[in-house]
Amino acid sequence: MTAAETALALQEKFPGAVLSITEFRGESSLMLTMASLIPVMTYCQGELAFDLLIDISSVDNMGGDPRYVVVYELYSLTTKNHLRIKVSVSEDDLNVPTVSQLWPTADWHEREIYDMMGIRFTGHPDLRRILMWEGYPYHPLRKDFPMGGLPSDMPDVAFSETAPLAGGPFVTSSGAMDRVSAEPRAKGEK
Amino acid sequence: MSTELTHAAYDSKIEGNIIFTQLDAAMNWMRKNSLWPMPMGLACCAIELMATASSRFDIARFGAEVMRFSPRQADVMIVAGTVTYKMALAVKRIWDQMPEPKWCIAMGACASSGGMYRSYAVLQGIDHLIPVDVYISGCPPRPEALIEGFMRLQRKIQGEQSFLAQKKELIDALAE
Repeated sequence: MTAAETALALQEKFPGAVLSITEFRGESSLMLTMASLIPVMTYCQGELAFDLLIDISSVDNMGGDPRYVVVYELYSLTTKNHLRIKVSVSEDDLNVPTVSQLWPTADWHEREIYDMMGIRFTGHPDLRRILMWEGYPYHPLRKDFPMGGLPSDMPDVAFSETAPLAGGPFVTSSGAMDRVSAEPRAKGEK
Repeated sequence: MSTELTHAAYDSKIEGNIIFTQLDAAMNWMRKNSLWPMPMGLACCAIELMATASSRFDIARFGAEVMRFSPRQADVMIVAGTVTYKMALAVKRIWDQMPEPKWCIAMGACASSGGMYRSYAVLQGIDHLIPVDVYISGCPPRPEALIEGFMRLQRKIQGEQSFLAQKKELIDALAE
């Protein structure tokens, strides 16, 4: 089965679970409801033989509702199929059931999402920060967190200061008309 | 008085090989030629540090092949790599455990100033926490650049008034 056929088969097997299917250049993405996440994932890992969870990542749609999306990237080593599963997380209920009982690699990926975005995973065996230190008060990859950081202090553990950005992050401007205007420049300059 | 070694004018066949010098000059010469590094290799610069220690660039010529991972036995801490806030206090603790005299080389852009990482997680230069003697720029610096930094540190050590500065109370007591 190709990825598109897998997506349609999942939609038939779990009525009401699949909110939308997107296909782009041969890759299929499914948006699921939160309640159907574990049954669909169990079926994918079992019968559909998606035995490799490549990645879990999260998206912060600042200003959109629901605010966060968690994206699971699945791959089958036997049928060589990719599948992308997304689930929306709203800011009022930052809880997602864990898939670490299906794929053990999800343990650390979910810890990273908790550390960087603040989304909690219920049933996770050891949900604590993985990149920043325990007790760090912020979730750094949220869009409302400044790139230079914020000051914090835990005596004898760690401290953090705001990094001087000296004109702003020197990144390419997105949405610019041509390559010349998209060049990295100090923000605020003309 | 300069802290350079001088040879006295006498007949070496009669009295053997003796050099008249200052205590400072002799101690500085011994210290600069046997700098045992404490390699605080944190990131990519550590690879260049290892390359400098291996046979092609050979930091052993400077007495520094003895990479002591125990800070108690090291002279110079080479901070090679990005210092994150999570690691920063551990680096400070290791620095505090090194006995005097000790020096610090900040190798690479990240250890000198945070490098390209102007972010929430990276300490903007290890000189926020410990006093740095030599900064080496580069990302990563070539092994030749690290050796040049080493030689600069050697010139700095040669010019120190080590005995006078460290044993001030002893000298004052002797003078009485």
